[in-house]
Amino acid sequence: MQADEIAIGFVNALRGAGIDVAVGSSVNYYQALGAVGLGERSSVYWAGRATLVTEPDDIELYDKIFHAYYGHQALVATPVVEVTQPITLVTDDDGDDEADDDGGEDDPGDPSLTLRWSRHEVLRHKDFADYTGDELDEAHRLMAAMARIGGTRRSRRRRRTHRTAGHPELRRTVRAAIRSGGEPVRRWYTEPGERLRRVVLLLDISGSMESYARALIRFVHAAVVGRRRVEVFTIGTRLTRITRELSSRDPDRALDAAADAVTDWSGGTRLGDTLAEFNELWGIRGMARGATVVILSDGWDRGSPEVMAEQMARLHRVTHRLVWVNPLKATPGYQPLAQGMSAALPHIDDFIEGHSLHSLERLAAVLADDRPPAQPTPTIGAAS
Amino acid sequence: MGSEPTTAAEVADGLNGCDYLADEGLATAVFLAMTLNRPLLLEGEPGVGKTETANALAAWTGGELIRLQCYEGIDVAQAVYEWDYSRQLLHLRTAEATGGATRETADALEDELYSERFLIRRPLLRAIAAVEGPPPVLLIDEVDRADDEFEAFLLEILSDYAVTVPEIGRFAATTPPRVIITSNRTRDVHDALKRRCLYHWVEHPGFEREVAIIGRRAPGVSEMLARQVAATVAVFRELGLYKPPGVAESIDWSLALGRLGAAELTPAITQASLGSVLKYREDQQRVADQGIGGLIEQAIARAG
Repeated sequence: MQADEIAIGFVNALRGAGIDVAVGSSVNYYQALGAVGLGERSSVYWAGRATLVTEPDDIELYDKIFHAYYGHQALVATPVVEVTQPITLVTDDDGDDEADDDGGEDDPGDPSLTLRWSRHEVLRHKDFADYTGDELDEAHRLMAAMARIGGTRRSRRRRRTHRTAGHPELRRTVRAAIRSGGEPVRRWYTEPGERLRRVVLLLDISGSMESYARALIRFVHAAVVGRRRVEVFTIGTRLTRITRELSSRDPDRALDAAADAVTDWSGGTRLGDTLAEFNELWGIRGMARGATVVILSDGWDRGSPEVMAEQMARLHRVTHRLVWVNPLKATPGYQPLAQGMSAALPHIDDFIEGHSLHSLERLAAVLADDRPPAQPTPTIGAAS
Repeated sequence: MGSEPTTAAEVADGLNGCDYLADEGLATAVFLAMTLNRPLLLEGEPGVGKTETANALAAWTGGELIRLQCYEGIDVAQAVYEWDYSRQLLHLRTAEATGGATRETADALEDELYSERFLIRRPLLRAIAAVEGPPPVLLIDEVDRADDEFEAFLLEILSDYAVTVPEIGRFAATTPPRVIITSNRTRDVHDALKRRCLYHWVEHPGFEREVAIIGRRAPGVSEMLARQVAATVAVFRELGLYKPPGVAESIDWSLALGRLGAAELTPAITQASLGSVLKYREDQQRVADQGIGGLIEQAIARAG
């Protein structure tokens, strides 16, 4: 087998397993193999790591595929037979044509699928797709409404202003001065620009939230598509980031991808622990800093309330505004008695009832109101 | 560095000579970045030595280290070039005073004002327009702090190593700079940028490597103390702290212990110097709750 076939075969194996490898990267890989040579197993390993892997989350999968593909034998030897079969098929040109025909999506005849890594064995697949016509209309309205959530903040980037005070804009002023004999008669100024605050949506998908799952996932999808600087994670048993999966404008496709990415639909509830994970891996590091963080959850937590309180306090210290949307709150006579909820309550800026989950647009409007909670707005404050 | 390296091992040796102990993965990534002329994107926990890689690479290759620290709102004026407006205005005034600034000469005056003489070169332009000596090492630090618009702009520069200043023309690199980009993953770096780059996830070093790193970076510290520090830091990393100590903290701590004249780790000296390794009150509390004495005993047993 030639080096280029080995390289292409390996790249296809990675793609089959779900790692997103760009064409340019496979060219890099081929060149990298040329640079390090095929003699050393570890050089081949690292050449691929440097050129093909762009996410730390993919490293584990890369390792598996690497070992499966290159076997445990010397590298110059032909890779194991089971793997060779689909690879030679995929390198054919027809493979590309096929991909063109069906948009590159899961064609059952696509030979690379035979290698697909079964990462989702435990997944209870949720079927959120198949929007009805009404829902599609609503989704589009929702995307527009979502553009306003989370508010803005001052940017460090300055913009030109027509006011005649502030920080001088010298570039323009100098240009104008040339025309007036060196005298800066007309002066230009800048003022700080505004930019959107990051919005982080933490979506509880544990068992007790099951009946809201469809509405919630549609809500967060509209947010990701409708507004920039939005991040979405599911919390529950495990922390899963689904921002990328939701970024397709086509709701059916986005929701399918998200359902695939999440492996713990309707699992047990460990809210505090997953919040801790979020804080550690993303939140405190920067994602939640100065952001509006919205937790969509009923607050049922089987873990210890101390952990919950500690993690909420930590999160609250770095966020701009910490909002909790609880679908149960609208129930008459509701008291936040669930252990997790009462532990979290002292650290929340806004506690919003999420019966509006049935009217997602209304929830978007409530979230768009970036004013302090002390001044409720009678017009859009959802039935409080 | 003599000629271009031909193997990853050469890179590892070279960096080693500059007191940077790179493992095989990092050495291979740096080697490939040099050979394929690609930027290298380094991600990893804070304090694992991402920025230091660029420093060592510059020291080894002899190229100038040009550092661009990214931050929210960074734009072309701070990253690439800016005009020296105050000098331009002064120059205009002089022209006016000597009668050079009339309507007729305005165009000539404008050309004069927008010449290289009044151009302030910021890091990206300096890295690209460098002409003499070995190619500079361009460190684009914490790219995740810049906004996405800047990233798109960066992409343009990194794909052909050229910058166009409308008033002057195009600056293209004769030898492309060696580019190291670091990110702490507070947000995803754009895919397009990732595709341009080689990628390496920097891990915490293993025990022996960490001992060796401490030995290099804190030369006054005995081998035994270095082993104890590395082992204790490893124990700390398993406690689920808010900010597990990185290599940077191990080095700081060793230096602090050396300064305190410690020959070995005792609970008392650890308590006194804990602030150089754990930087959250909650983390210090957690270590205290677990019992510093016990943790150190455990670590010393591990250090062997």
